[in-house]
Amino acid sequence: MKARAFDYARPASVAEALTAFEQADGDASYIAGGQSLVPALALRLQAPARLVDIAHIAELRGIAVEEGWLRLGALTRHVELHDHPLVATHAPLLALAAPHVAHPAIRNRGTLGGSVALADPAAEFPAMLLAMDAEMEITGPEGSRRVPAGDFFQDLYQTALEPGELLVALHIPAAGPGHRCAFDEIARRRGDYALAGCGVMLTMPGDIVDEARIACLAVGSTPLRARAAEAALIGRRLDPDSIRKAQSALADDLDPPDDAEVPAAMRLHLARVLLGRLLGGMAEAA
Amino acid sequence: MSSALPVTLTVNGETLTRLVEPRETLADFLRRDLGLTGTHAGCEMGVCGACLVMLDGAPVHACLTFAVQADGAEIATVEGLTENGVLADLQHAFHQRNALQCGFCTPGMLVSAQGLLARTALPSRAEIRDALSGNYCRCTGYEAIVDAIETVARRRAAGETAAPFMEEPA
Amino acid sequence: MNAPLGSLDRPNSYIGRSVPRPNAKRLLAGRGRYVTDLVLPRMLHAAFLRSPYAHARIASIDTEAARAMPGVRLVATGADLAGLCTPWTGTLDHFKGMKSAPQLPLPLEEVLWSGQAVVAVVADSRAQAEDAAEAILVEFEELPPVTDIDAARTPGADRAASGIEDNLCFRTRLDTGGLDAIFAGAAHVVEEEFHFGRHTAVTLEPRAILADWDAGEGKLTVHHATQTPYQFQDLYSRHFGIAEASVRVIAPDIGGSFGMKLHVYHEDMAVIGLALMCRRPVKYVADRMESFVSDIHARDHRVRARMAVDAEGTILAMDVDDVTAIGAFSTYPRTSAVEGNQVVRLMGAPYRFRNYRAELSVVFQNKVQTSQYRAVGHPVACAVTERMVDLAAARAGLDPVAMREKNLIPDEAYPCDSPTGYKFEALSHQACLAKLKALIEYDALRAEQAALRARGIHRGIGIASFVEISNPSPAFYGIGGARISAQDGATLSITPSGEVRCLISVTEQGQGTETIIGQIVADQLGVAREKVRVVTGDTETTPHGGATWACRGAGIGGETALQAARRLRDNVLALAAAILQASPGQLDLRDGRIVDAMGGAERISLAEVARIAYFRSDTLPPDTNAQLSITHHYAPQGYPFAFTNGVQGCHVELDTDTGLVKILRHWVVEDCGRIINPLLVDEQVRGGVVQGLGAAFFEECRYDAGGQLTNGSLADYLVPMACEMPDIVVGHVETPTADTVLGAKGCGEAGTAAASAAALNAVNDAMAPLGGRIAQIPMTPARLLKSLGKI
Repeated sequence: MKARAFDYARPASVAEALTAFEQADGDASYIAGGQSLVPALALRLQAPARLVDIAHIAELRGIAVEEGWLRLGALTRHVELHDHPLVATHAPLLALAAPHVAHPAIRNRGTLGGSVALADPAAEFPAMLLAMDAEMEITGPEGSRRVPAGDFFQDLYQTALEPGELLVALHIPAAGPGHRCAFDEIARRRGDYALAGCGVMLTMPGDIVDEARIACLAVGSTPLRARAAEAALIGRRLDPDSIRKAQSALADDLDPPDDAEVPAAMRLHLARVLLGRLLGGMAEAA
Repeated sequence: MSSALPVTLTVNGETLTRLVEPRETLADFLRRDLGLTGTHAGCEMGVCGACLVMLDGAPVHACLTFAVQADGAEIATVEGLTENGVLADLQHAFHQRNALQCGFCTPGMLVSAQGLLARTALPSRAEIRDALSGNYCRCTGYEAIVDAIETVARRRAAGETAAPFMEEPA
Repeated sequence: MNAPLGSLDRPNSYIGRSVPRPNAKRLLAGRGRYVTDLVLPRMLHAAFLRSPYAHARIASIDTEAARAMPGVRLVATGADLAGLCTPWTGTLDHFKGMKSAPQLPLPLEEVLWSGQAVVAVVADSRAQAEDAAEAILVEFEELPPVTDIDAARTPGADRAASGIEDNLCFRTRLDTGGLDAIFAGAAHVVEEEFHFGRHTAVTLEPRAILADWDAGEGKLTVHHATQTPYQFQDLYSRHFGIAEASVRVIAPDIGGSFGMKLHVYHEDMAVIGLALMCRRPVKYVADRMESFVSDIHARDHRVRARMAVDAEGTILAMDVDDVTAIGAFSTYPRTSAVEGNQVVRLMGAPYRFRNYRAELSVVFQNKVQTSQYRAVGHPVACAVTERMVDLAAARAGLDPVAMREKNLIPDEAYPCDSPTGYKFEALSHQACLAKLKALIEYDALRAEQAALRARGIHRGIGIASFVEISNPSPAFYGIGGARISAQDGATLSITPSGEVRCLISVTEQGQGTETIIGQIVADQLGVAREKVRVVTGDTETTPHGGATWACRGAGIGGETALQAARRLRDNVLALAAAILQASPGQLDLRDGRIVDAMGGAERISLAEVARIAYFRSDTLPPDTNAQLSITHHYAPQGYPFAFTNGVQGCHVELDTDTGLVKILRHWVVEDCGRIINPLLVDEQVRGGVVQGLGAAFFEECRYDAGGQLTNGSLADYLVPMACEMPDIVVGHVETPTADTVLGAKGCGEAGTAAASAAALNAVNDAMAPLGGRIAQIPMTPARLLKSLGKI
């Protein structure tokens, strides 16, 4: 299990990175933490001629709140999402999901940008960014743009990133004390890819759900926003009846893959169980 | 297309420069180029934990990092962490509790344990098991490892220091 | 607790003491020396091109491009190696009618499973060898894969290999007679169809071999991650035509084995041939992806079972049909039939019933070869038996513990035999069950279970009694014609400084072999443990022996060491007596000193005796026979096997909405006879339990209908990890075997033997009020949700 040979570039800036990528005639990969890419290289499932190591580009770092948005540099490591007070305050879903992402040593090295760019439908962070209406800041040879999470995740491992484009940062509308969040997932073993996962973010100024955002993972070819389930809650009390309706509505939201080991019906069932438990817990806490 | 590149990094306190092929993982670099065979390769895809080393003070998989990426980094392996005494109390507790059998997972377990105790002074048994969630052991059944780490957490919290590990009598 | 061989108060009384392993310290410091770590001058690396098809004909092989790749030293095909290595066939004579196709290191015309090595590349680095393997062009013509055990046995079915006339490797039948009448007349009959998934050993260090051929001396040295260096010395000698004394096999530190590393693998035989061809050291380390498609698999049984019970709950009879799927040939030299044979013979072993019928069919498939892995056959026999006992108990209206109390063979009924032909010397099922019942506070646990059920929390308690095979005599393999030794040998020496060297044939894989041998030698000789150096794992230095498998290290290796130490002690005392002009009977050896046996006063140190023997033999009386080195061999001569026994309890909580099971706690009470080192025994048991729980909930090699392994990576094949495993309480009953002085039996299989059975019963117990029922392991969330009717 040794990777095919490649050459290696370590640019110091985004501009240099774009150039280094371009010089490889499209046969390159960016590498940051490499926690998903290196196994793919070792298995020879991927074999780019060049790796462009973006881990040392200062512009891709940093955690800050700017004008109501939390900016997370693409190089933000999973462990920082777990630990950083600004993340806990303004993007609590990421902080809640972080302990479920793989294992401690992976979290020490894996980056948020890497996870988002890979867009594994079973990954936690992409789904939570979708729930939080995050925007992806992308830079490429043609310039920079911001893509809403809803447009970013397009299909299985397919994103809005064009070849050579670089994910620079994630921008998340900063949550405040009025946002209640819950996350959980069901996995065979701690740190495994989930059979189903779910994050919920609610605002409930009084008894009534004012805003509901629900995103699920491992139940489709992309992370999925559960709009029908959200609609079942908005404007209603969080009670057994509304929760049941939200669970039921998930059938319209999700498109679980079907395989011999985990049938589609099971993933839908598990997502419903999770959503019910999360909402039930939030109702109890309210 | 893939000529060797010079890499300068600090390994177990010593700064060194070597020419490496970009495709060589840090695990292979430590084992093959530096002879630090205490870092083990069990899966080469980041799921068994046998190759964990400290990179800039935090546990990472040496099989999920190419050596060229570690240019400028500070690496500590089980050999270095033994020589500087950082692991002495853990090694002592693992030995007394027989928290290892074949020993192949052990360096990774020690690095995980050290990483946990650096973050959490007095972890619960559940937290210890959680911290080991990426460290596979086929021999022990884990309980003895959890016991040993729990013992060391208590001792460290009580301010106890350990004698150098290898110099103790058997 | 532990009845010591002598007083634990005397000096050097190490048998029965928990002492840490001296050889563990270097492993903790990262100074282990595994085959994967070894580097020899001018060493080359091998990699293999593997078959993508489960069954295919090799139409052509083009290696030209690969030979021209950077660093490539050799590309070898099956034809290249066939001239160096004679074929092997994995059958045993005492398995009547058994058949298997002969095997060569690399195939000539036909590939038999997906992942089979087809062409070998030797290069300066492993990466270069892999690069070149990618450049080899092999044209395969697909043949129909055999992957279904029923279709495989229909007349005219496609054959898994062209060298066999049909897909039945071996069939055997046991019948005590009259079963149909007993079942017809029984008050209750319960039946079930069980499915046991394929497992594999997943040692953390993969298989590794480094072969070095010295053409000048005609000597082959093989550094081999194996449990059984002597077996491989014999095999390499015979199959490559090299004199046995010119083959040296060294097994250094081994990163886990569990039975997996004692079988012949095609790649290993190929590497010997590659080293002969290259005349340079050649190393091969299976990477993890290769491990999953080339390490032996195990289990893979479908068992249909019936049990007849009378109105009072007394078990009358069992009737089982076991069909087990192996590879396309039988593994060499231990075969792929031993597991099934042990399944049908261990079935029902703890119980009193005398009426038994079993049919075993061992069926070829185009999948990875199967063979012995930890607790061979035990988990299957135990799970079937114990689940049937629970089903029968429920039908008869008895509590599972009461059912077992009623039906287990009473401890005072031994010696006795089983309806399957096993002879039991002395087992302690009733004592173990009583101890387990107290340990788990069974009645309180049942009360808690009932209270929690009322609140919608579904917990289950599972009990499983077991019998374990240990200390095998030549009845295991020797009578079948295999050159697998049932005896062990030890060479013990007093060094000129009065220290002790013990070279012994049993080997170390971390279970503590060297530690317990050191304890026994020090104890029996009368020296401090620190003065004994134990050497294992090198055919050039240690006497020939069976080494480590089937739980024989403590029982046979330990007895060898004990007898050797006693002989050497007699020699030392005789020599000391000559020096002291005393009678040997008046002297004793304690803590490295020759003392008066009566008063304990020191007469002369062992070091001084050794100094005189080695350097001043001129001062000894002329007829003195100073033999401070002895070699001693021991083979079991009494019972064919030393059976052990025990019982396990498992407590689980089932999440009925998700199908996830939390294992709350697990208990084991086991009887391995004399315990030499309680610390090591307990950890053997715990590690074994976790392998059994892995099988119960996680581990399964999944194949599609085309014979492709669909989860062959460590990310997809789920091994048990720390978070999901419980704390495990271990208790003991000690019934030493009277066949040896030491009285030790094995403990390595005990944990694995019954853990999955206890878990199966526990999960069924949790599901019982909900109408769910499962008879398949692993018990995955999908299977549990299905049995609960949730999906």
